[in-house]
Amino acid sequence: MKRIDLHVLGPLIALVALFILGALLNPAFLAPANLSNVLARSAFIGLIAVGMTFVITQGGLDLSVGSMAAFLAGVTIMAMNGLAGVTGENWGTIMLGMGVALAGGAAAGFVNGALITKARIEAFIVTLGTMGIFRSLVTWLADGGTLSLDSGLRSIYRPVYYGGIGWITWPIITFAIVAVLGEWVMRHTRFGRHVEAIGSNDRVARYSAVDVERVRLMTYVLLGLLVGLATILYVPRLGSASGSTGVLWELEAIAAVIIGGTALKGGRGRVWGTVVGVLILSMIDNILNLTDLVSPYLNGAIQGVIIVLAVVLQREKRAAE
Amino acid sequence: MKRRNLLKMPMAAAAVALMAGGAMAQDETTVIGVSIPSATHGFMGGLNWHAQDTIDRLEEAYPNLDFVLSTAGDPGKQVSDIEDMLATRNIDGLVVLPFESEPLTDPVKMVKEAGKFVTVVDRGLAEEGIEDLYVAGDNTAFGRVAGEYFRDNLDAGAKIVVLRGIPTTLDNERVEAFQAALEGSDKEILDMQHGNWNRDDAFNVMQDYLAKYPEIDAVWAADDDMAIGVLEAIAQAGREEEMVVVGGAGMKEIVSRIMEGDPQLPVNVTYPPALISSAIEMTALNFVSNAPVTGRYIISSQLITPENAEQYHFPDSPF
Repeated sequence: MKRIDLHVLGPLIALVALFILGALLNPAFLAPANLSNVLARSAFIGLIAVGMTFVITQGGLDLSVGSMAAFLAGVTIMAMNGLAGVTGENWGTIMLGMGVALAGGAAAGFVNGALITKARIEAFIVTLGTMGIFRSLVTWLADGGTLSLDSGLRSIYRPVYYGGIGWITWPIITFAIVAVLGEWVMRHTRFGRHVEAIGSNDRVARYSAVDVERVRLMTYVLLGLLVGLATILYVPRLGSASGSTGVLWELEAIAAVIIGGTALKGGRGRVWGTVVGVLILSMIDNILNLTDLVSPYLNGAIQGVIIVLAVVLQREKRAAE
Repeated sequence: MKRRNLLKMPMAAAAVALMAGGAMAQDETTVIGVSIPSATHGFMGGLNWHAQDTIDRLEEAYPNLDFVLSTAGDPGKQVSDIEDMLATRNIDGLVVLPFESEPLTDPVKMVKEAGKFVTVVDRGLAEEGIEDLYVAGDNTAFGRVAGEYFRDNLDAGAKIVVLRGIPTTLDNERVEAFQAALEGSDKEILDMQHGNWNRDDAFNVMQDYLAKYPEIDAVWAADDDMAIGVLEAIAQAGREEEMVVVGGAGMKEIVSRIMEGDPQLPVNVTYPPALISSAIEMTALNFVSNAPVTGRYIISSQLITPENAEQYHFPDSPF
């Protein structure tokens, strides 16, 4: 008889319950346009959270991702506006901008990772520092206001967020591909196994000839790359970046990872769980906006309760196992 | 040898600073501290820009005036800033835009009790009568002007959705005035949610409004940063023709679209970030002139229309 792994079902049960609740409260919830909106909005946090799953699984943490996304969005916009004068307003310029976002993300992730692994500073402290640095840099670049993409470039770039195959838009497709790849890397590659090994006991991993520092560094670079990818999808949405872009994304991403069943102390990573966690978070927001159940003042409280509940559900199932 | 030289340098610098300090004391330099929230969104970005701009201008015009500007990301930091100004910079006057009223009341009171001139900007303190000068925008008028525009210009039975700011008393004042202006009219407010003066949040909330309500005739996005997010969500749904959007505070991009007569953006309501300039200038006047500057100075909220939009357009400001 196939044994049902109860503790992995916690977040799934919460998601299904939310889905049914949403459909009962407002029929508009199930309309393709609404589902498309919710999924596309989830994509930014989702991509970041997939990367965060690897970082947390190896026993690390990254608090800088929200600020990093804002900073990368600012730099990407400035680069494209600047390049447009040389290369013209066309897809080439946009591809260069995308390159800037990815390269910038990898570089930012490398800086975080190198400070943690080479300079041996606590991940919490390093990324708390870079969180402030990236946030200040984008505010400084924008002169306290907003950086906006030139309108010619925007109209070319816009379909990257809003277009797609039918109502399944590019952010949704990208998120799905990254999630599947992430799950595969975590489960079936040497890198994924090393990440889990380091998270559960880095000393044993070291004795087993795992290059601990290198694997750790790579998880931060991977996360940086995914932040860059999220930025690529974010910029065409509003065509702008400011000091208030990406505020609290780091906490949402971390919450999604934990709701999904990855242990905050590392050693056990579940990318598909993270995807479920991300969907739970954005669906709560959507349902609260679609219904008038509670005062809008309490939206944050409802979200908090559901985050805690999802994790409690998991813990109880695990104890019963 | 080298080391000794290095040690001498700071001492020389200190000596120079002492001499300069002595010279300044003879000229009776007046120091004015300015404490404002940091530039975390469009409006505050504009306010920071205007503060810096005004300080640069005044320092040039009055060599005897010296300004200390500090920006804070939270009330705790702002309290420390003010304590530092009092303890180490020996300020003669303070211009403060309180991050929050309650936590800042006692620290500002201490400044007043130390015999300094105090100007409070925009958000009042929790206790009356502390400040010498109060400069603020008119939050009630901000909501009322928008409400009256909707009452007088929308068709009968028109349906309105509202995006509120961050939950604060200031936001409550605006929204209550807006509702009061519409009361008894045949216009209906369908929904009110918090967009937190943030364009991403406003985008999400507007998407959800559009999914929830098949008929929306007007949107009050009580801030232009939110209006940008709202416009984008409407464009995605392809419903630009159905509804008008009224923001607030006069962001330059929005004002320029009003100047061009964009049918989707008929008007805007002012809440000028330049109010900090009025506060700093009047505080400076207290020290450089004999003009009486104590009292309350409320900058009213005006309706920006295509006809008068040009006078509210500041292309150099970041907001």
